[in-house]
Amino acid sequence: MSTISRDEVARVAALARIDLRPEEVDRLAGELDVIVESIARVSEVATPDVPATSHPLPMTNVFREDVPVPALPVADVLASAPDAQDGRFAVPQILGEE
Amino acid sequence: MTTTTPALVAYGDAVRRYDPVIGIEVHVELGTRTKMFCPAEQSFGAEPNTQTTPVSLGLPGALPVVNGTAVEYAIRIGLALNCQIAESCRFARKNYFYPDVPKNFQTSQYDEPIAFDGWLDVELEDGTVHRVEIERAHMEEDAGKNTHVGGSAGRIHGAEYSLVDYNRAGVPLVEIVTRPITGAGERAPEVARAYVQALRDIFRVLDVSEARMERGNVRADVNLSLRATPEAPLGTRTETKNVNSFRSVERAVRYEVSRQAAILDAGRSVVQETRHFHEEDGSTSPGRVKSDAEDYRYFPEPDLVPVAPSRAWVEEIRATLPELPQARRRRLHDEWGFADAEMRDVVNAGALDLIEATVAAGATAAAARKWWMGELARRAKQEEAELADLAITPAQIGELQQLVDAGRINDKIARQVLDGVLAGEGDPEQVVVSRGLEIVSDDGPLLVAIDEALAAQPDVVEKVRGGNQGPVGAIIGAVMKATRGQADAKRVRELVLERIAG
Repeated sequence: MSTISRDEVARVAALARIDLRPEEVDRLAGELDVIVESIARVSEVATPDVPATSHPLPMTNVFREDVPVPALPVADVLASAPDAQDGRFAVPQILGEE
Repeated sequence: MTTTTPALVAYGDAVRRYDPVIGIEVHVELGTRTKMFCPAEQSFGAEPNTQTTPVSLGLPGALPVVNGTAVEYAIRIGLALNCQIAESCRFARKNYFYPDVPKNFQTSQYDEPIAFDGWLDVELEDGTVHRVEIERAHMEEDAGKNTHVGGSAGRIHGAEYSLVDYNRAGVPLVEIVTRPITGAGERAPEVARAYVQALRDIFRVLDVSEARMERGNVRADVNLSLRATPEAPLGTRTETKNVNSFRSVERAVRYEVSRQAAILDAGRSVVQETRHFHEEDGSTSPGRVKSDAEDYRYFPEPDLVPVAPSRAWVEEIRATLPELPQARRRRLHDEWGFADAEMRDVVNAGALDLIEATVAAGATAAAARKWWMGELARRAKQEEAELADLAITPAQIGELQQLVDAGRINDKIARQVLDGVLAGEGDPEQVVVSRGLEIVSDDGPLLVAIDEALAAQPDVVEKVRGGNQGPVGAIIGAVMKATRGQADAKRVRELVLERIAG
């Protein structure tokens, strides 16, 4: 039974700005289905006293002191910018704003 | 959209026919030294892109670490807003693509905010109190800053483009979300304004942010919907983004009430959307329509472990919370014994701190109020300045009042001394001396006579010290006799009592 539809793959791909050809959507729907089904099998062995877990490490409260370190030099920061001007990254016009 | 917008309905008419419901999201930038997830320094006004690390630039492989001080500040805010503090909570990724978000996601909190279920009592200018329920307060990070370069001024072939500065990317934010605020009726705009103002005041006394509106340290998104009656279900809301002054918050609510009323009157439906606020005329205009594109695909942030503030830590923070603005106002109101209306005027004039400091400098509350709300308020108005901006300090007013109390100057001359202080001639004492304003009176010979009379009647001194002022007349009589009646009896009495009190 398929749980991941073609439409869902296409939608998530669009949200993630991934350009997929129709045959890729078909293939990924199948592959993602296998992955989801495999993971779903975990719930078959998990007893009700096992809570849903997002973080497997038994760690909490990993904090840093509020003490500054030297910043990256601006030249390094902008070295990988496609374009820069006045110490800032220049990017194409942002569509749909104002 | 091609549909024409119906004319606005006058505000008064709109609130007679519809019940406004507001909801406010406030973002506050925390005043930590470093960013939320990396140790880049954060300060206002630095040169572009001089406060970044691989984490705040979203470079591949960079790993975030939580700023412990920012967590503490978030808990302080939560506690001040009467919230529960989560036993455990986690961060989440909010995925969207925008140039000022270099990682392509904002690290935020989604289903597990650090603080939830609180409230804040908000006081309007006339003293009416409205309770605002707080749904949640969560931790997240700020985005960078885009500067749009217009086509006409553009240097890249006349095309329009944007410049991005990532100094602000990763600055710690706390977002505070209200539940729908109902029951405010026609006063909804005032309640919205007073709420944001009350939050700003709280951020300041908590010392978690400079909370300067003009710098964007505090930013509000204002949700508004209308319904036919207070019993009806909530209507469709709009969210006006980035309303960044108290006055704008009030105007944005008023405008949306008038606009939505016109749409509903015409039998149409309000479109759920985000809107932009325009300072120039107080209007709003449509931004993005909420749609599928707003699916942020939240999921738990795998690079950060959960935050689980121990109850001991929370209680430790609670114990160090300062007195909050409303409690302070109530305490000072009691201590000073002002009438309700007097107290409101003091608060509304921004004179609370000034009067408190003046009292600390030795003046009575009544005298302090008289100066700041009288003569100084008049001068501030003349100069179109705030009271706090006048070139005189509470300490100087305290000194001035002491000069009056000591009889060295009178009220009329005090105004001249004020002129001198405001003109930069120094402290009141210096002005009195340099302008020769002191009332001529020589207590020297009097004091000699008084000290002699006191030494001669130690038993009377004892009685007066014991609280019985009756026998003091015997001393005064002796002094008057010694000075052959030329002393001012009232002055003698004052000096005698001063001397005895030591």
